[in-house]
Amino acid sequence: MKGMSTIVKTIANISFPIITIYGLYIIAHGHLTPGGGFQGGAIVASGLALIAVAHGSSWIESKIKEHDLSLFESLGALAFIGLAFFGIIFGGVFFSNFLVDTSMLFGNIPVGGAADINTGGTLPLMNFAVGLKVIVGLFAIVLVMALATHKKEDSS
Amino acid sequence: MNIIDMLLAHAPALIIAIPLLGAFLTPLISRVSDKGRNIFAIIILGITALFVFYLASDVLANGPITYVFGSTAETVQSSTVIRILFEIDALSIFMAIIGIILAFVAVLYSYAFMEKNTGLDKYYTLLLLMTTGMLGMMLTGDMFNFFVFLEITSIASAALVAFWTNKSKAVEAGFKYIVISTVGALFVLFAIALLYGQYDALNMAKIAQNLGLSGFTFLDKIALVLLIAALAMKGGLAPMHMWLPDAYGRAPASISLLLVGATQASLYGLFRIVFTVYGDVISLPTVSIGWILVLLGIITMLIGVVMAIIQTEFKRLIAYSAVAELGYMALAIGTGLTIVANADPTITLQTAPFAMKAIIGGLFHVINDALDVGLLFLVAGAVYYATKETSLNRLGGLARNMKYTTVFFIIGLLAVSGLPPFNGFASKLLIYESTYQLNPILSIVAILSSILLLAIFVKVLHAVFLGPALPKFESVREVPKSMLVAMAIIAGIIIIFGLFPNLVVSNLIEPAANALVNNNSYLQWLTGGI
Amino acid sequence: MIANIPYLAVAGLIIIGLYTILFKKNLIKMVIGITILESGVNLFLITLGYRLGSIAPIFTGNSEDALMSYPVPQALTLTSIVIGVAVLALMLSLIIHIYRHHGSLHVSKIGGDDQ
Repeated sequence: MKGMSTIVKTIANISFPIITIYGLYIIAHGHLTPGGGFQGGAIVASGLALIAVAHGSSWIESKIKEHDLSLFESLGALAFIGLAFFGIIFGGVFFSNFLVDTSMLFGNIPVGGAADINTGGTLPLMNFAVGLKVIVGLFAIVLVMALATHKKEDSS
Repeated sequence: MNIIDMLLAHAPALIIAIPLLGAFLTPLISRVSDKGRNIFAIIILGITALFVFYLASDVLANGPITYVFGSTAETVQSSTVIRILFEIDALSIFMAIIGIILAFVAVLYSYAFMEKNTGLDKYYTLLLLMTTGMLGMMLTGDMFNFFVFLEITSIASAALVAFWTNKSKAVEAGFKYIVISTVGALFVLFAIALLYGQYDALNMAKIAQNLGLSGFTFLDKIALVLLIAALAMKGGLAPMHMWLPDAYGRAPASISLLLVGATQASLYGLFRIVFTVYGDVISLPTVSIGWILVLLGIITMLIGVVMAIIQTEFKRLIAYSAVAELGYMALAIGTGLTIVANADPTITLQTAPFAMKAIIGGLFHVINDALDVGLLFLVAGAVYYATKETSLNRLGGLARNMKYTTVFFIIGLLAVSGLPPFNGFASKLLIYESTYQLNPILSIVAILSSILLLAIFVKVLHAVFLGPALPKFESVREVPKSMLVAMAIIAGIIIIFGLFPNLVVSNLIEPAANALVNNNSYLQWLTGGI
Repeated sequence: MIANIPYLAVAGLIIIGLYTILFKKNLIKMVIGITILESGVNLFLITLGYRLGSIAPIFTGNSEDALMSYPVPQALTLTSIVIGVAVLALMLSLIIHIYRHHGSLHVSKIGGDDQ
């Protein structure tokens, strides 16, 4: 798949950081406002798909191999299930929220309905893990499908 | 030891979490070494099997166990259930034992069977994910959690059915399977939304309690019909069985084995919903589900057997015989349901004891069918591994070169047709006796189907293993040892179940049948003091 | 009557989705039909959680005892959307393989199999 014209490539380069920052904001504030791991991850993956469509699949293939992406995907999944297992060790039940009401990372308790970002316990950490996995996973799907049509055009 | 005790107390969660952890670690380990990944998968499923057997001994001794995720209390303010919880009673742990045996044998068999294929890291990841989904379906006590595990199992198994992507028929079978599964699962979700909208509860015990209090409304009937139709479609009952021969026949042999387990998990969901969730209202005078299940069972048996006669492909023929065996299960459970759910108050389990025998026979047939048909699929896979042929017309005379495989095939043949001293005889005798007392014609159809199955498989034995030696099969040798060990494990369990059926029935099947017909012990943690 | 319009939309979407899956002969159109059916069921799930005159169930910036709609059906719908994305990715990958083998996406050209 060839890339598109210079105007499209320039605008895609400008909008890609804005989309990524917006997606990461949605992931990070998942316990306060609507959003969370999957929603923010889908937004960042849309930004990456924009870059893939604007620059062409051959350019993307020269920059990133799908084999390297699977490492990050596994890391995201392992972080999620690792947090669930830590629930057994520190909290007593599988998946228990062992960081809430402590003085560690996300341990505050909201008073009177309003909450700052430092609340939620293990929920923001699980949001990060799921967000990483969704970003890499959805981008890998887009990449593999783009490469599949790319090869078909070569052979036909 | 302290750590072992702490782990055993969390056994219900670990049965799901350990295969999931293994599935996520497999891509990382396969970057390092290939053989290490295969051994790792076998070790993971072995540890899970140990946890399942420990939990089985605990549940069969002490009654149903509940395990809450994320907290230690099951309810909030002593009547609102908001957390996901696993509820394990005798029927769940019986199905989980079947599932983990099938998964462990499948992984052991894949060690040598899939050795020359590429892309094996995805194969093992998907196999561990499919095991997670299957075991989760059997252990959960929450309706939406059941839907999520149902979808996990469908997606993983559709990707595995289409694993040999160079064969176009396998990819088409996978596509057909995923389309039909998704439509069925969406209707299950619609029914769950109907039940949630009425009773504000997703927990199975809470819905059962609310159904008992408020009666059987029109929306409940719609939800019941959608659930029965979708789960019977996933369980392979006719006339919704069309995906079964394609999916079982085109998948790799170890995946066909595991698909049998996934199909029976869907049937378990059907029984759980009909008997436990709708248990208090199922005997109201406008319901006659038992006869519907009996009719579906008879049609499935006849379609399976008749279509199996004309097949010329080895695994497709075994798949049609698996369809026929599913008909036996539906027939037996349906017979029991006509008495349990009878609107006439003079007909109960005490006055018609054949219903309990029918349910016991049906549940015993679940594990027997999984083992027998599984062994036949493994033999078909071994023949394919050795000769690369699948058509019965081109095979022949293999008994000279593959002695052990022939012996395993004869064991599987006799067990499927219901001949003593194998396990098929015990369960089929119970089914014949009990369905005869409901209506003699049902029993006659069942016996005829067994005889036809025997004829079909003797024909296959003659076509594949007996007969003159063909020159193109001169260099065919016996399959590797790990495949033989996997087949020997299943054959050994078949022989043990056949020689000592009363041990299995009294320790494993009767508690499951009692848990099925009487849902009081399932609701105990909710109603009988918290 | 106004309160019943979402339920009529759900019925319409499910009927259109089922019609597309059953009667269209192109594989991509079947996949689109499954997506429409899934949108109908998700709409049904969200509509169940609405209370008349309620706001979104967020505590930031709202008083604690304002009338809020139920958040549980929203979590169920989100899970269902994620499952729908995964199924859609799998179906489209299988369609790419089928197209490579047969060169066409029409059901009659792909053909049945033996028996």
